[in-house]
Amino acid sequence: MVSLLDIIGPVMVGPSSSHTAGACRLGLIARDLVAGTPERALIELHGSFARTGEGHGTDKAIVGGLLGFRPDDERLRDALQIMEREGLDFRFEKTTLGDEPAVHPNTVRITVHRAHRHHVMLGASLGAGRIRVSEIDGYPVEVDGSHHTIVMVAEDIKGSIARIAGLLSEADLNIATLRLSRKHRGGDAFMVIEVDERPTDAVGAALKALPWVRWTHRIEKVGG
Amino acid sequence: MYHSLREAIADAEGRGISLATAALDIESRDQGRPVAEIREALRRALHVMRGAVEQGLTGDRRSNSGLVGGDAAKLRTGPAGPLAGTVFREVLMRAIAVQEVNAAMGIIVAAPTAGGAGVLPGVLLGLAAKHDLSEDAMVDALATAGLIGAVVAQRASLSGAEGGCQAETGAAAGMAAGAATQLLGGTPAQVGHAVALAQQGTLGLVCDPLGGLVELPCVFRNATGAAIALAAVEMAMAGITFAIPADEVIDTMGEIGREMDVRYRETAGGGLAATPTGRRLAKERLTQIKRA
Repeated sequence: MVSLLDIIGPVMVGPSSSHTAGACRLGLIARDLVAGTPERALIELHGSFARTGEGHGTDKAIVGGLLGFRPDDERLRDALQIMEREGLDFRFEKTTLGDEPAVHPNTVRITVHRAHRHHVMLGASLGAGRIRVSEIDGYPVEVDGSHHTIVMVAEDIKGSIARIAGLLSEADLNIATLRLSRKHRGGDAFMVIEVDERPTDAVGAALKALPWVRWTHRIEKVGG
Repeated sequence: MYHSLREAIADAEGRGISLATAALDIESRDQGRPVAEIREALRRALHVMRGAVEQGLTGDRRSNSGLVGGDAAKLRTGPAGPLAGTVFREVLMRAIAVQEVNAAMGIIVAAPTAGGAGVLPGVLLGLAAKHDLSEDAMVDALATAGLIGAVVAQRASLSGAEGGCQAETGAAAGMAAGAATQLLGGTPAQVGHAVALAQQGTLGLVCDPLGGLVELPCVFRNATGAAIALAAVEMAMAGITFAIPADEVIDTMGEIGREMDVRYRETAGGGLAATPTGRRLAKERLTQIKRA
């Protein structure tokens, strides 16, 4: 659904809604996967991101997102210097991840490490600041950052969804969408749950406490 | 949101309300947010637009590559041309100012995109420099601009990579023309004609930025886009009607965009980007960015 505020907005640091604002949002989502600023990151740029990214500040924007800066934060301009000063090990590589239209021209693969955690995500910037994360740790997902989102991997057991829905309802969270995918029958299930309100840390802890949940993350709303 | 301007205009006329009110009602329903909250977000956008204009008019910051910057200030203080002292010159300098700030990684409002972000504030704030316009009327103008952009997004495209510059500064010109027509007291039907008159003048416009950077010709495309919008407002306010309805002009823009060769869709493979000078400048400047 198109919103007026998608058209008159976002408020952002220039110069490109797709190469700067969208890139920053992808960095923010990768940051949420490790719940904080990663110590190490590999940022693999594909297509137009690789070709014209430097001129558009795509590198600064992704690094800024990883540092927790939002698209309207003027520190984005100095993100590369801040990264160096903080001694963070973020590396860029240019790569080819596939052909159009299967792979969007503005695609990036970000691998993030923090403490014992590490995750890989594949995301694209679709224009006008809109984004889509299409893969997390090899699981096909669809996260656009327009909602607060809970992503989780759980054993594929009966009743798990009912249990999770009950838990969210008790926490007064309204589910906007819920998607489930798995690599094979009986394999781990990957869930993406978009909710209208921001889940508290307590909700995250309650989900993690379920014995069949392997891991879960809260991804903050980054736009919309 | 409305899928066509025809529908929106009929609704506004039928209920005796402005297009802004009609659009805000639907947005409120779609998003489950009170109208006051949406107006507040638009007010914040207006504030950011003013800040960008101010910064661009006084600043001499150059873009990352050094290709653009300092030209808005020339219109502010430079020698007079035939438009000296007119609203037209006020509009041009503001459109350039915002786009220069954008190219220098300053803060702007994407409207509809960052590449076309100068047109709407250029026209609206340029008008405000010469007319006494209330804050509420300016917010209403942004709501109507948002409605027009939303119709373009649904029927055609707002991405230069998909539809060329006609989908960015062209769409922005349609948005600005409609918004300004409402701001000056035009009827919903006149708003529709202003959109059609502006967008017909940008059909076929390619996206050909040097080196793929949102700099050249983008800064000046925003100025000429604003000029086309202003001409459309003048015609619509005079009672001129355009025989092809705005929705069909927008559909035409989408059709031309789909047929447009990839060289003319933000890839720097054709147009001004592929001229001998365009290629040379892009190569020099990209090397400079890498060194910086």
